[in-house]
Amino acid sequence: MLTIVTKAALPVGEELKIQKNRLEPSGGGGGKRISIVTGIHGDELEGQFVCYELGRRILEHPEYLHGIVDIYPALNPFGIDTVTRGIPAFDLDMNRIFPGREDGDMNEYIASGIIRDLEGSDLCLDLHASNIYLTEIPQIRINELHRERLLPLAKKANVDFIWVHGASTVLEATLAYSLNSRGVDTLVVEMGVGMRITKEYGEQMTDGIFSLMRELGIWTGPVAEVRKPIVSEAADDVLFLNAPCSGVFIKDRMHGVLLEKGERLGRIVNPLTGGLLCEVKAPASGWLFTIREYPMVLEGSLMARILDGKRYAQQRSR
Amino acid sequence: MEQKTIYEFGAVYRDTFRVTGFYFGTGEKTMCVVGSMRGNENQQMYACSLLVKRLRELEEKGRIAEGKEILVIPCVNPYSVNVKKRFWTIDNTDINRMFPGFSEGETTQRIAGGVFDVIKEYKYGVQFASFYRAGSFLPHIRMMKTGYENVELAKQFGLPYVVLHNPRPFDTATLNYNWQIWETDAFSIYTTNTERIDQASARQAVEAILCFLSKQGVIRYRSHDGYISKVIESGDLISVRAGAAGFFESRVTVGEEVVRGQLLARIMDPYTNEAKCELISPVSGVVNFLHDGAMTYENTAVFKIIEEEE
Ligand SMILES: [Zn+2]
Repeated sequence: MLTIVTKAALPVGEELKIQKNRLEPSGGGGGKRISIVTGIHGDELEGQFVCYELGRRILEHPEYLHGIVDIYPALNPFGIDTVTRGIPAFDLDMNRIFPGREDGDMNEYIASGIIRDLEGSDLCLDLHASNIYLTEIPQIRINELHRERLLPLAKKANVDFIWVHGASTVLEATLAYSLNSRGVDTLVVEMGVGMRITKEYGEQMTDGIFSLMRELGIWTGPVAEVRKPIVSEAADDVLFLNAPCSGVFIKDRMHGVLLEKGERLGRIVNPLTGGLLCEVKAPASGWLFTIREYPMVLEGSLMARILDGKRYAQQRSR
Repeated sequence: MEQKTIYEFGAVYRDTFRVTGFYFGTGEKTMCVVGSMRGNENQQMYACSLLVKRLRELEEKGRIAEGKEILVIPCVNPYSVNVKKRFWTIDNTDINRMFPGFSEGETTQRIAGGVFDVIKEYKYGVQFASFYRAGSFLPHIRMMKTGYENVELAKQFGLPYVVLHNPRPFDTATLNYNWQIWETDAFSIYTTNTERIDQASARQAVEAILCFLSKQGVIRYRSHDGYISKVIESGDLISVRAGAAGFFESRVTVGEEVVRGQLLARIMDPYTNEAKCELISPVSGVVNFLHDGAMTYENTAVFKIIEEEE
């Protein structure tokens, strides 16, 4: 059933509407509720395929559905329409305005309407696609404050990597933080790259959602076996690699590979002169889970994130 | 006056990115003034340029006290100004959400970090700031309540109002907040406009800084006494929100005194020019903020009013 979660009148002959699709057993009958949200960042589209695929598979076998699946494919419709990460016209990151305010401006009001509608979910997944600059291995990021509740759930989500990161006041205005602090378990998924759909990641994530639904008793049909994720919990596990100079990045290695210390992941070159500006090398051995996708770089641009090789090996051998 | 590049890095297709500082006097790091950090902050840079001119004249006349140094940075972000983009060119990040910065981090973290290293040890820090929404302000000093804020000092600028506000989550990454954490007495000055230049309020802001410096004995300058600043909490400002979306037709200007029940604005239907709603002042007071734009969305705070004490 399609419903409008919240809406606002726009200046000229249009309404801003946040829509959702509720899938539930034909006889109703309660059960738990899972909510899948995506599109807070308008240029991150990986979640579009997941929402479609999830709905398609459920409609194919409605007999297995024993709970509520709410699909919110576009929390920031203007961002999606204008290929913009934030909310156009306001130059605002929508993931920095939660929980919003009922009596606030249009964006705050919309944000509070979204929170109100999501409250009561037994589990929420917020699907992101990194950004247009970086490609990511399918992963779940967990604020250390919510580690205990979320880590066991995240392990059943069929992702390759779980990253438990430190708390930061700046993150208190995210959707996930607002929901988790209201008792709605919310997992933040990052996968693929902005402005694109990576079908195999979408399928992997959809399998993960069915696994979680089975765990909650929402789905009784067959589900794929989930992969065992690498978990990083120590702050110094992850190495950040930033561009030492400005130029054009030519990538050599794909995300997901293991790197030896000193191995080259790419070059920064100068097309004007034909010169090599610098080689980007792994400062230590490890697992490349984030790689620069957008070729133009300025000094400092993030090039890669590498999980410490020892940490990777420990978990893979277990 | 000494002009120095305080932070730079190279690029392949653009000229080197440079942040330029202007130093006056020598000795104790006494005051640092920062202008535009976003690409649309023309007014903020303009006010700094006036200040550079005035300080240069004062220095030439020997009016800067022995052993005191003043640094003015009119623009932290020339790359964005020159392409008329509000935030950072490549990734749309906001330098004023990157403090105290990180020299090994992303580009805007490096810029924030490189600049902050130079400016963090000044006794007094002033930033010409802008609001996230387009609008006009009554010039005022804005201070965050971090526990380090010095309200008595803020009054010495002699601007009509000092507005105090509680930090929001993102404020911890602003220049003003980090200055305070590093024990600089930090003040944000809001003048009337952002993109368009308002000469009168820019001059008023420069006068306020000179007045402050003169009271601290940093310069010898015969300033006006200025106003006796009224201190208000931002939560006490009365917001008037647009009851509908449409054309916004204001009937008052910023700084104007209004009375309870007065018509402030009408919102007109953009197709039929029928009034969709009238915005009436709920209090008597002074208009401190006025929405700038032909249109408004529904529920946008289009006015902020400082209520007059009865
Ligand atoms: Zn995102």
